[in-house]
Order: sequence, then C-alpha cells, then structure tokens
Amino acid sequence: MRLDKTEISLGLVALACVLFGFVSPGWLIFLLTIALAKALVVQGVVMQMRSGLVSFGQGLFYCIGGYTVGMGGQFFGIHDAIAALSLGMFVAIVVAMLLGLLLTRYREIFFAMLSLAFSMILFGILVKSQELGSTDGFNVHDWTLFGWAPEAGAGSQHTVFTMTVVSGLIVAVLIHRYTKAGIGVICEAVRENEVRVEYLGLSPRWLLYGNYVAAAAVSALGGGLTALATGHVDPEMAYWTTSGEFVFIALLGGLGHVAAPFIAAIVFSFVRTYAIEFVPHTWQMILGFTLLAVIIFLPKGLWSLVSREKTGERA
Amino acid sequence: MTSLLAVLIDGSIYASWLFLVAAGLTVIYGVMRILNMAHGSFYAIGAYSAASLVGWYFNNGMGPAWVSYLLLVGAALVAGLIVGVIVERGLLRLMYGRDEILMVIITYALLLILEDGMKIVWGVSPYFAYQPYSELGRTSLGLLKVSNYDVALVGVSALLGLGLWAWLERTNQGKVLRAVIHDREIAVAMGVNVKLMFTITFVLGTTLGALAGALTAPAISVVPGIGIEVIVLAFAVVVIGGLGSIGGAAVGALLVGLSRAAAVHYAPEFELFVIYGVMSLVLAFRPEGLFGRTLARKI
Repeated sequence: MRLDKTEISLGLVALACVLFGFVSPGWLIFLLTIALAKALVVQGVVMQMRSGLVSFGQGLFYCIGGYTVGMGGQFFGIHDAIAALSLGMFVAIVVAMLLGLLLTRYREIFFAMLSLAFSMILFGILVKSQELGSTDGFNVHDWTLFGWAPEAGAGSQHTVFTMTVVSGLIVAVLIHRYTKAGIGVICEAVRENEVRVEYLGLSPRWLLYGNYVAAAAVSALGGGLTALATGHVDPEMAYWTTSGEFVFIALLGGLGHVAAPFIAAIVFSFVRTYAIEFVPHTWQMILGFTLLAVIIFLPKGLWSLVSREKTGERA
Repeated sequence: MTSLLAVLIDGSIYASWLFLVAAGLTVIYGVMRILNMAHGSFYAIGAYSAASLVGWYFNNGMGPAWVSYLLLVGAALVAGLIVGVIVERGLLRLMYGRDEILMVIITYALLLILEDGMKIVWGVSPYFAYQPYSELGRTSLGLLKVSNYDVALVGVSALLGLGLWAWLERTNQGKVLRAVIHDREIAVAMGVNVKLMFTITFVLGTTLGALAGALTAPAISVVPGIGIEVIVLAFAVVVIGGLGSIGGAAVGALLVGLSRAAAVHYAPEFELFVIYGVMSLVLAFRPEGLFGRTLARKI
C-alpha cells in the first residue's frame, strides 16, 4: 500500500492533533472533538454533493448514530465504545439501504425535501417516545474502551478526542482513495450529466445508492462520537435545522479536498462559540450572510482560497 | 361518532391553516422555480407584525373589536409587501438563473438572516394578540365546542383559494402568469415582462405567507422559531400536492390536516410521524406529487 502526499500529510496532521491533545486545555479538546465529529457527518453530505445531491436530512443518520450509542449503553448493556459506534454505523447502514431504494429515484430539490422528511419522521417519533426522554433526550451511559474505563471527565474527554481524530483520519484516507479512484470520478460525471453516464453503460442510480449508504455510515460514526463526547443525545439531532448546519459547513468547505470539511467544521465551531457568547441574537444572521458571501464570492468553498495559487500558476 | 366528527372538524381547521401557509410557497415555486425556505420567516414576520399591532391597539385604545381584524390583515399586507419587495429586488434578482437546489440554499441563508432580524426588531419575549380570537366566542356542536375564529379561518382559507384560482384562470394577468409558468423563454419572446411578473409573484407569495402568520397570531403565542416549525409542514403539503399547483396544495392540506387530526385523536404518539409518513407515501408512488407535471429528462 503506497501512500500519496495527501495521505501522508493527513497522517501527520492527525498525529499532531493527538499530541496536541496531551497539552491542550479541556475546553479546546471538547470543542475540537465536536467539530471533528460534525465534520464526519459533513463528509457524508459532501460525498453526496459530489454526485449532485444535496441532503437536507443528514441529521437522520447523525441522530441514529448518537441514539444507538446511547441506547446501546442504556438498554442493551453495550458499554464498549467501539462496539457501540460500530452498532450505530450498522443500524445506519441498514436504514440507509432501505430508504436509499426510494431516495435514489429523486434528484435536486426532491431529494433534498424527501431526505428532510425522513429525518423529520425520526424526530417526530423521538419527540413522542417517553422511554427515550421525549424532547429532553437522555444521558449516555459511561463507556469503556476494550474493557478499560477512562476516568470520568478529562480522561474520557481526551479518549474521545483521540478516537475522533483516528476515525477522522481513517475516513479521510478512505474517502480520498474513493474520490481518486475511477468510480469516485464517475460521481462527478453523474453530477454533470447523469444521462450521459447512463449511455456509457453505468448505472448512476446504484452509484448514488452506494454513496448514500456509505455517507450514512460515516454520518452515524460522527453522531456516535458526538454522543460519547457530550454524554447526551436529544431529538434535536434529527431536526432539519441540524441538517441545514451540515449543508452550511459542507458549502463553507467546498468539495475541493477531503480535508475541507474538517477545516470548515473547526472554523464554524470556533466562530459559533464566540458569536454565541458575544452576539447571541445575531449569530444566525452572521451565518446567513456568510453563506451568501460564500455562494457569491467563493462558490468552491474555503478550500479555493488555499488551492487558488496552484491553479493560478498553471494558468 | 363524536370523535369522528371531532376529527373532521379539527382536520378541516388544520387543513385550512395549512393551505394558508402553503399557498404562497406553491405560487412562488410554480412561477419562479424557487423552493423558498424563508417562507416560514415571512409567516413569522406576519405574525409578529399583526401581534404587536393588535396588542398595541388593545392596550392603548378601547376601540371596537372589529377594527382589530382589519389591523390583522393590514399588518400582514404591509409587512408582506415591504419584505417581499426588499428580498426580491435586493437579493433574489441577483441570483436568478442558478440551479434550483442552489436557490434552496440561498433562501436558507435568507431564513437565517430573517430569523435573527426578527429577534432584533421584536426581541425574544412572546407576543400575544388573543383578543380577536376570544372575541368571536365558541359554538357548540353536539358535545364539541368549536371556536368561531377557527371556523372563520376555514372560510377565509376557502375564499383565498378560490380568489387565487380565479385570478390565475380568469384574468388576463393570470393568463400571462400561466404562460410564464409554462415556458419562460417563449413568454419573454412574446413580450411578457417576466421580471415584473416575478416581482408580482414573489410579493404575492410573501404577502400570503405573512397573512397566514397574521391570521394565526391570535391563536398562538408569537415567539422566535415559529417560522422554522411551519416551513417543513408547508413543504410537506406542497410536495404532496405537487409543487406549483394551487389545487394540489389544497388537496395536500386536506390530506395532511385530516390524517394529523385522526392521529391526534386515535394515536397521539404518531402526530408528527403521520404528516411526513403521508408525504413519503405519496412521493413513493407519485414522485412529482399528486398534481405535479412530469418533466422530461434533458440531456
């Protein structure tokens, strides 16, 4: 297995992150963990965007991942973090395989609306289920890692951070390889012109289906990690505004590079933390104007700021 | 029997409310191909304007109550007109011709801006304008008591639907608008001022949204976030009926209204589920909605 330049740099950055985790203050660790976990969900959104589909319902799988981790500890005695996360991904894959059969028949706004509807269905069910704490959600049970229980508080926070960085690295490398592979390139062809891809003898629908299921798994991983980090899950995870946030981060980063969603999510989390503290009632307004500015001035996202120089040289 | 009657009454009241909310959304999509995520914010702006105006009226002058109904409608018209013109001229005009899905995201940005804009203008504490609601009293139907305001809402909604239909199908301007819906480019070639039609349509849509909010305001407490709740319901209604079809929106509203009322009475835990359940079911069999047109794929 040969590593290319991107993979090596991703690995180095991840290593630096893990080391940074040992010296950084707790609040920063927490913030970064949530940002990176969200970035995983955004990776799911971006995977679908590359083939032209905008999901306004990725919160569905974020929520499934989170609730599975929570319920696993609460009701089924699954306390091992890896097992719980895998279970979350498994449940998400099963759900996505079913919903995908229907959803892949739709494009553009219809895909967006229908994915939104499915996530709202889950929201509706969770809000009405008393056993799961209704609108309040419930707390995630203390968890272990291969039988080892990290001490509550700082210790477990640090462990989740490391797990998130490692998951992020694995997902990033996998997605990077996927986008560079032939089948990943076809995704972009599907976005540009689906009918022509069909003429070439490929089935865009099954490609989109595969994308949808893979995106679901990645997003569920992000949701599970968020649940472990915050120690709490609530139905808000499936509400459509949560999904809107993921779309926002995806557009902010752009589709140019596998690292873009991570950077965008970190920028987003920092700006939000400070904006909510200093200007609580104009935070969404700032988001709105930023989104418009990105659409108008940086249609390829923040990443185009980084990559602009290179294309400039070539031209 | 009583519970069936209750479902029918609750269902039609809810349906007429849904239609009010969804009508503007579907008109805008039909003509401009913009799925307007900010529609819920127009609803909220209408509700806020009406609630603050009516609240002010009752707190300061003890004038006759019927004036408050005029104020409700007047507040909605003014608010819808102002916001509609500003948004269409100031933002959307710069964005025409982009992908439908990008327009969704642009109006999502607009929603975020308007949500906080409302917090700046009206603050975060709730507004009440219950007087127009309580003033009309209640009617007994067997064992049930129904608020007259809600019944009046059914009438208003039906009138509005008929009015829209008559405008589209029976007037010259409506005919021109249908030409734009049918084929924008040919309409331009035939000398239709499409830009003007867009402005008219968008302002009409925002005003309808604001009107829905204003008429709802007396029945609820107007708080931040009401628009965000409403927009997904409106989406469900118009998607069921077929985007852009007014008749479709009416049928969608009835379908959602009645099934939600049935769920509330017989299986309350499925209240929210049933709305999106109906939507998914309809879309599974008719992707373009019940009354939507099927479009050919372009190469």
